[in-house]
Amino acid sequence: MTSTPPRPRRSLSLAQREALWAYVFLAVPIAFYAFIRFWPALQSFYLSLYTWHVDPARRTFVGLGYYRELLENPVFHQALKNTFMYAAITVPASMALGLGIALMLQAVGRGRSAFRAIYFAPYITPAVAIAWVWGWMYNYNYGIINTLLIEWYVFLERFGLERLAIDPQRFLTDPSLALVSVSVVVVWQQLGFQVVIFLAGLQGIPRIYYEAARIDGATPWDLFRHVTLPLLNPVIVFSVVITTINALQLFDQIVNINFTDQGGPLNRTLSIALYMYQEAFGRARLGYAAAVTVVLFAIILVVTLIQLRLTQRRVEY
Amino acid sequence: MIASERTVVRGLRAAEETPRRRRVDAWVVLSYALLTLGAAAMVFPFAWMLLSSFKPYREILSFSILPERFTLANYVEVVTGTAFPQWLLNSVIVAVGTTASVLFFCALVGYVLATLKFPFKNVIFILILSTLMVPTEMLVIPWFVMSAEYGWVNTYWGLMFPGLIPGFGVFLMRQFFQTLPRDLFDAGRIDGVSEFGLFWRIGLPLVGPGLAALGIFAFIGNWNAYLWPLIVGQRPEMRTIPVGISNFSGEAATQWNLIMSASSLAIVPVLIIFLIFQKQIIEGVVLTGVKG
Repeated sequence: MTSTPPRPRRSLSLAQREALWAYVFLAVPIAFYAFIRFWPALQSFYLSLYTWHVDPARRTFVGLGYYRELLENPVFHQALKNTFMYAAITVPASMALGLGIALMLQAVGRGRSAFRAIYFAPYITPAVAIAWVWGWMYNYNYGIINTLLIEWYVFLERFGLERLAIDPQRFLTDPSLALVSVSVVVVWQQLGFQVVIFLAGLQGIPRIYYEAARIDGATPWDLFRHVTLPLLNPVIVFSVVITTINALQLFDQIVNINFTDQGGPLNRTLSIALYMYQEAFGRARLGYAAAVTVVLFAIILVVTLIQLRLTQRRVEY
Repeated sequence: MIASERTVVRGLRAAEETPRRRRVDAWVVLSYALLTLGAAAMVFPFAWMLLSSFKPYREILSFSILPERFTLANYVEVVTGTAFPQWLLNSVIVAVGTTASVLFFCALVGYVLATLKFPFKNVIFILILSTLMVPTEMLVIPWFVMSAEYGWVNTYWGLMFPGLIPGFGVFLMRQFFQTLPRDLFDAGRIDGVSEFGLFWRIGLPLVGPGLAALGIFAFIGNWNAYLWPLIVGQRPEMRTIPVGISNFSGEAATQWNLIMSASSLAIVPVLIIFLIFQKQIIEGVVLTGVKG
């Protein structure tokens, strides 16, 4: 068309009307996001520059003082190190187990959805109560795990094989073991999430790729390595990011599994989130705690940006 | 191809396939075995929790798998010795109230972003998405300062306000509304349906599966929430179930039978909801996880 007829006034006002209605509908949500999401996020940066006092007039400006303290504080360093350890243990473990279980679920016909439901169930149960249940199982004197270890010893003793036995463990009070014990609980609880999304991802791969590869003489390992893994890549990236961010924010389990010595023994299970909570609400150092959360935010931001980079690359191929 | 040749070919093929089929069968058997083992590991903590919750204190300390003397006394003690009914009520109010808000507002914002044209639409959408990157830990301190200032500490509003319109829900509902043709709404507009009616009467009934998934997640998420309710619900009568159970168990010290009853009271209702809505919940995870 060479000459566009002038648009009738009525349609222009319709467009304006539509925009007006859009903003009427968005009024409450925009207010919510402004006051409940954006303003508090900005305020965290602001609060981290001042000592805390209920009365704003009596807060003292400390600039980057709290950030300098973070650089030197050994407890924060321990919390940071532990948090990375949680991620380094729980992410690969739940990915590998989740993928393995999903592959097995794909192999079985009957009972698949029942199995899937069983694996998924812990994921939606309250982490607080789950932590108490595992705390009881891990109990040194009366916990079922140590009881079974002792029974196992007694059983082996009959055959003179005591060397194969494992001693009862102080799962939650041995500084070298506590973090791993907590990680086991985390993996146990979030495994079902991985299973469900990996299984869906596997079911989304067209059968024909496998058949074509098989005709070309591919072994089951070839199929897994060159068909399944590459096609599952987007699901894997998504799942790594979600579990990493979850691991970086661990709180409920850590507070409750060792309730009388939260973050202990010797701060070996302390996470960044729990450290923030203790500083803010136990010691009333809200400014310092705000600085801790700013660091946590920065870490999560980096993880998210890496995800964006990785998922964009996938679109290209 | 003559018949005898065909038979030969079929025979050859069968000979070729037999070993592979046997290997596949072995893999299936191995899968069943390992899956059963794994499933036992998933179920065991729940089973052990329930078994322990029915044992008298004396039996907790001596090893027995099944309770020798089955008792409900632990449950009676937890429910009558604490404010459990109040915590339950609080959890229901917070979870139902928040879920209602999540469903309405996330659907409304998702609808507006997906179907209406207006200036700064993408800016608004990106700003909402960007809130997903901010961890709750970063917000709880300002939220608490705000709540203390406005008197929201120890109120239902204080417990609920942070989760009223989650960005994730907006994103999910926008995805659903985007699948609907725009003509549908234009036709409604010509028929004189009001702008709100277009959303409420035409759009909303068509995104049922999205609403179901979002509603279930919002409910379970708020039911299980711990960090913020711990901070803002300080008075015993304003505790939600996770906060109440956590405090109770901390005070019960070594009375693991009581702690396991309390844990069962927190976990079993969620498991029952899961059994009822299993299909929707798992489909919801797939929907938001794989396609989202």
